[in-house]
Amino acid sequence: MPLDPHSIRADFPILKRQSSSGAPLAFLDNAASAQRPQVVIDAISDCYQRYYANVHRGIHTLSEESTAAYEAARETTRQFIGARSQSEIVFAAGTTAAINTVAHSWGGNHLSAGDVVLLTIAEHHANIVPWHQLAERTGCRVEFIPLGEDFTIGDAVVQDKLQALQPKLFSFASSSNVLGTNFPVARWTSMAHAAGATVLVDAAQGAPHQAIDVQQWDADFVVFSGHKICGPTGIGVLYGKEALLDAMPPFLGGGGMIDRVTTAGFSPTGLPEKFEAGTPPITEAIGLAAAMRYLQSVGLEAIEAHEHLLCQAADTALRNIEGVEILGPTPDKKGGIVSFTLDGVHAHDIAQWLDTRGVAVRAGHHCAMPLHESLGKSASARASFYLYNTLEEVDRLIEAVKETRDKFARGGRRRRRRSPSPA
Amino acid sequence: MPNEQDIYEEHVLDHYEDPYHRGELATATHADEGKNPLCGDVIQVMLRLGHDGKIEEAWFEGEGCVISQASASMLIEAIEGKTVEEAKEFTANQMLELFGPQLTPNRQKCCLLSWRVLQSALHAPLDDADDDDAGPSFGGPSLSEES
Repeated sequence: MPLDPHSIRADFPILKRQSSSGAPLAFLDNAASAQRPQVVIDAISDCYQRYYANVHRGIHTLSEESTAAYEAARETTRQFIGARSQSEIVFAAGTTAAINTVAHSWGGNHLSAGDVVLLTIAEHHANIVPWHQLAERTGCRVEFIPLGEDFTIGDAVVQDKLQALQPKLFSFASSSNVLGTNFPVARWTSMAHAAGATVLVDAAQGAPHQAIDVQQWDADFVVFSGHKICGPTGIGVLYGKEALLDAMPPFLGGGGMIDRVTTAGFSPTGLPEKFEAGTPPITEAIGLAAAMRYLQSVGLEAIEAHEHLLCQAADTALRNIEGVEILGPTPDKKGGIVSFTLDGVHAHDIAQWLDTRGVAVRAGHHCAMPLHESLGKSASARASFYLYNTLEEVDRLIEAVKETRDKFARGGRRRRRRSPSPA
Repeated sequence: MPNEQDIYEEHVLDHYEDPYHRGELATATHADEGKNPLCGDVIQVMLRLGHDGKIEEAWFEGEGCVISQASASMLIEAIEGKTVEEAKEFTANQMLELFGPQLTPNRQKCCLLSWRVLQSALHAPLDDADDDDAGPSFGGPSLSEES
């Protein structure tokens, strides 16, 4: 059943506010971070008000209750992505922290000089920089798969790179945060495994919009953030196959991740706590579980279909505006993201003018500088949709973009030389 | 909060559309270039300094948003004919005042790019390529990006 965004909007208190210009808010910056429904805000506030204490440590009522809620959140997360066991669910600070954990802990143990980490050119900096850093530490090499002309990447190109480079790791986003392109995770994972590579999937842009089944994907590591799926900031998920995680040394050292500490050394505890040094994000995990239950109650298939409807409408209308260039494939090949440039108008001026109309979009390189460079663009504007967005908001986006073009790009803005003002 | 619509007032768009001294200065004695890598704004400032310590001619080249380009035009127009000392004493706050419309911290960075390049260009004679090209640093907020 198609979802009704108007009834969903009532669940998100922030959507009632206006932008600083006084216009009602059309929040189209969801790929950067989504908003939270009241049930998530309540779950966090309920923990702080009724039963908050540190977990796994105290022998008292509040600590027992907090620990139970924290571990229940791990079980909710296990179910959300279809993992086999709770041992495979590590709570990290976010996608970035999760990838850094794998780069340090797995990468440090498995990669050495001359080994290859294969990425696509469409990766977010979070899935590039940790590998550059690993290369600096180990002498391994980072290689990129280029983008095809239609903003997708064909299987044959991936296969060629896997064969030619024999990477130890293939790490890629399930969906591009700029292009919106959905990549075939299960197929590429199987191709990479056949070539002997371990696979990490950056699902930061996938988890919010599609039901994930890590066993069907068969990827070795899957990572995503809480704040993009209507959950809190400061928490994300590192899923890893149990045998891999088990063999990895801990990354951060401290309390909570040890079995025993002496003056001479330490021995780490088991999964998943081995990777959760220090006081973990307790209320964040509880809020994250509430967000997952909320998305499941709406239905991830319905959310995906709704975003597709909005993306289709926005993509088609934007392509019809003279001077607009879409950075991304046709809507059938992407999720709810439409990035674009407007001839003669800088992306920041687009975003600034759209904000006067209450339309919030992202402008810049969206933490994907190599991708923008490969496309010959310094920046783009990005509209990204979620379950609470409406077709009326798409219309407001389109109207505001047309207005921007008329205001800033009239007559192509051919620059003349200004004569000096009278002294 | 500043009203963003005011940022694009006619005075600003006029400088953007019809900039003062935008182009090459073949006789430049001093020049420098600066970027705001997060937005892709680029500004080059070219100066011809006279023996009497005056900025005899000032030009700029650049690409970027309305604010970065219009503010460069305003600055170049304002400092031409001034002495080097006067230009060095021209502060970031005076630059923001010269621009006019109030800017959010993120957009102040766009407005101050040309000011920053001017300050370093004053110290960058063209026959001395090894001169410090970093220029004075501006301790303003960065145009931060999300993960």
